[in-house]
Amino acid sequence: MSSAALFALLPLITLSVVILVLMLVIAFNRKLALTCGISVAGCALTLLAIYLIHLQATVVQVTPLLIVDDYALLFSAMIVLVTGLICLISYDYQLCRGEQQDEFYLLLLLSALGGMILAHSNHFASMILGLELLGIALYAMISYPTRGLLSLEAGLKYLILSGVSSAFILFGIALLFAAFGTLSFPEIKVAESTEANRMFILVGSGLILSGIGFKLSLVPFHMWTPDVYQGAPAPTTAFLATASKGAIFAVLMRFFISLDGYQYATIMEGLFWLSLLSILVGNLLALMQTSIKRLLAYSSIAHLGYLLVAFLAASYIGGKALAVEAALFFLLAYFLTTVGAFGVVTLMSQDPNNLDNDDLNNYQGLFWRRPLMAAFFTAMLLSLAGIPLTAGFVGKFYIFAAGVQSELWLLLAAVVVGSGIGLFYYLRIIFTMTKQSEATEEITIPVTGGWALAVVTLSMLALGIYPAPIISWVSNIARGLT
Amino acid sequence: MIMLSVMLLLFAGGSVAWLSQAWHPNYPRWISLFTCLLAALLLMTLFGTNAPEEVLMAGVSTHWIEVVDIAWIPRFGISFLFGMDGLSLLMVSLTVFLGFVAILSSWSEISHNTGFFQFNLMCTLTGVVGVFTSLDLFLFFVFWEVMLIPMYLLIAIWGHENKSYAATKFFLFTQVSSLLMLIAILGLVLANSFVTGIVTFSYFDLLAHSLSGDLAWYLMLGFFVAFVVKLPGFPFHSWLPDAHTQAPTAASVLLAGILLKTGAYGLLRFTIPLFPEASMELAPIAMLLGAVGIVYGALLAFAQTDFKRLVAYSSVSHMGFVLLGIYAWTELTIQGSVLQMVAHGISTAALFMTAGALQQRLHTRDMREMSGLWQEMPRMGAIAMFFIVASLGMPGLGNFVGEFLILMGAFPVNTPLTILAALGLITGAVYALIAMQRVFQGTPVSNRTLVDFDGRELTAMIPMMLGLLWLGLYPQSFLDLVNPVLASLHLVTTGDPTLWIGRMP
Repeated sequence: MSSAALFALLPLITLSVVILVLMLVIAFNRKLALTCGISVAGCALTLLAIYLIHLQATVVQVTPLLIVDDYALLFSAMIVLVTGLICLISYDYQLCRGEQQDEFYLLLLLSALGGMILAHSNHFASMILGLELLGIALYAMISYPTRGLLSLEAGLKYLILSGVSSAFILFGIALLFAAFGTLSFPEIKVAESTEANRMFILVGSGLILSGIGFKLSLVPFHMWTPDVYQGAPAPTTAFLATASKGAIFAVLMRFFISLDGYQYATIMEGLFWLSLLSILVGNLLALMQTSIKRLLAYSSIAHLGYLLVAFLAASYIGGKALAVEAALFFLLAYFLTTVGAFGVVTLMSQDPNNLDNDDLNNYQGLFWRRPLMAAFFTAMLLSLAGIPLTAGFVGKFYIFAAGVQSELWLLLAAVVVGSGIGLFYYLRIIFTMTKQSEATEEITIPVTGGWALAVVTLSMLALGIYPAPIISWVSNIARGLT
Repeated sequence: MIMLSVMLLLFAGGSVAWLSQAWHPNYPRWISLFTCLLAALLLMTLFGTNAPEEVLMAGVSTHWIEVVDIAWIPRFGISFLFGMDGLSLLMVSLTVFLGFVAILSSWSEISHNTGFFQFNLMCTLTGVVGVFTSLDLFLFFVFWEVMLIPMYLLIAIWGHENKSYAATKFFLFTQVSSLLMLIAILGLVLANSFVTGIVTFSYFDLLAHSLSGDLAWYLMLGFFVAFVVKLPGFPFHSWLPDAHTQAPTAASVLLAGILLKTGAYGLLRFTIPLFPEASMELAPIAMLLGAVGIVYGALLAFAQTDFKRLVAYSSVSHMGFVLLGIYAWTELTIQGSVLQMVAHGISTAALFMTAGALQQRLHTRDMREMSGLWQEMPRMGAIAMFFIVASLGMPGLGNFVGEFLILMGAFPVNTPLTILAALGLITGAVYALIAMQRVFQGTPVSNRTLVDFDGRELTAMIPMMLGLLWLGLYPQSFLDLVNPVLASLHLVTTGDPTLWIGRMP
């Protein structure tokens, strides 16, 4: 391996070193402030490394497994940013929950490393490596609180189902290997698909898509989502909903573009139904939820459905760049918004004896008791609903633009209906927060997390009000990929 | 830059009002009142200036008082493109004026969180001014949506007994219909970019290539639905009675006075000029919806016992005239529609303010529990009488001019529908006079003392009365302002200057 290739891996290496340092520090000195500080600093350093590599502006293939391009760097930056924010937001949450919380940060960073590998992955071997690194750390993070049964159940559920879906993916990879004789994406791209291996390709990519559909919680592979979201501690849920899904989507898109899966009508039809059902079922099931975490779980199912609309729009000849751009921007907006929304739940759950405070009734009157907190949450909900001046709106605008260009009218109708239903339950939360409440006990909001959340909200709004710089960056990346 | 200053001023005034709540609960009211007055002063400077900016609109040279164009998202050709012409100026002035009325009408009604209330009020005004001035379709859509949120909060927080239902219904109706408009906007922009190779959301550029065929028809429907829901036209009106009834007085005033007008403005400014052919195909249906709305709204208004609901249904009826007039698309009818928009804005705002005043004094909106109020509150009775006869179309007052022009202009275009619409004048008189009789005449309930309109309420009512008189007695001064704009819009769509008999620009 040349030194240039090694240098291109700087972000991955930085994060790995930080993880090792963190492990040693925890072994010698168990202090949450120190652990959290090192994690945040590590994330900042990794972001710096990503920026340095981005300045190089070259595409480097490091071993057959990993590729360092702007696409990988964008996803890495998003994952690391979200990880850093979760570290900050969860500090007080972990602090008040006993003395064994340091390893949570270790697992979080490991998981983020897995996500980064997925973003860089250009080969099925590295994909599985990243997927498992991400997943195994997540199992532990989900069932991290040892007191509640709910989180144990959630962890077990995720472990078993995730294992099964990994098996699906592996079997699909085996079939694709049988068809192409290679595991590397670029080689798949140039390989000929003959009539003889067409069946292998269809079944293989079908299996991979269902495995990934599970991890992205698309309908009908979504059953685990609400239970796991609810059972897992709120910071874990935030990570699961954003970085984990984003990383998997990153590798899915890279794989699909290499395979040129758009030429297979069967696959496209399958994706069409996944998208349509996710939008409708996700939104409908969210309608009557009283737990905010469950509600956000269903809404995330619907959002992944919206994301698939952009993904499908790439089938349109000449519209691929816009569709990829749409998917990238939508994910970016979704990351910020979702971290913010779960951040609010995290900050509201400062009672160590109880599970997370995600009952809608407990948010009654928040507008008058904690106006800023309520304002942050409202901003996040409006962004999820796609109201202008928020990042979510620009994301949805992109979805519409990609959909209109590719003339996916049925899916666009579903997005409109879904947004209407979605608005109903987001407004219900906002309305509950504006109601006067009788409760008088003080709601304490930790300082660190409060500031982090303020930063998330402001950057989300900035992305919504002046998206031009990010858009030009994202559109360059999209053009480079396709 | 004056229109931008007005917008910024309204928003800044609202923010300061919110902050000032910490010192004294009265400060927010005064601050937003002064902000409105200041904005009105700023707007005054624009009246009487001859429009210096010349822009080519689909080959027709048009004159604008102000045009501002600042790049926003160059990737999609989106910019902060604001423009102010006579029509916008009239609508913006109405907005600021009714904002002033709304603040006065909520003076003693809202007692908790006055700061946040005023903030939302001013944000609504900012959003509406944005809608009336933006000429970039993306920007227009942003303002179109943004004005909903503060209005939603106004209803959801300070509304009456069934506020959650009403606020959500209001938001859902508008949001879903506007998403259809977003799809239509994107379709229009893409279709335009296939022809010209340039992606742009600018109104002027999009006007240059008018679409035709099936695509234009569907895209036009997207715009039409969004605007007709807002207007509200029959059968999309069902959000309106709920929202109006449950809203606090100030929000009702703004909703009826100006938010409904954004729908009519959208039809006039965007739907018809952008899709002239498709719009003319739709015209008979749209006129039918208008005429049915007139009669249907009047009949339902007649059946109400809730005073606010009655006024709300009368809005459906009156806005039916606007829809009829816009789609008849002749010189007289569009002039009449604009006058009707202004007159209806003022008269309905006044009636909602009266309803609010009654509710504050009697704690009910049920007309069956009211009787003989004239004797107890003569000033209120006389003023209510004035606005009720105005809204039933008494000659000499603004509404008459609007309705008369619309009916006269629409008669040659579609006689049966005009006759149907004219029936609305009769039913209008019936429900308006019945309401007057039930509430203000008859024997008063004994053992109660009611406070008549005080100085604050008169300060709001008298300018509105003068406004309607002015509109009724000398409508030409308003027509002079909007005529060049309407003439150029008419010319853009018909391409035939001989159809406009009055002065051409």
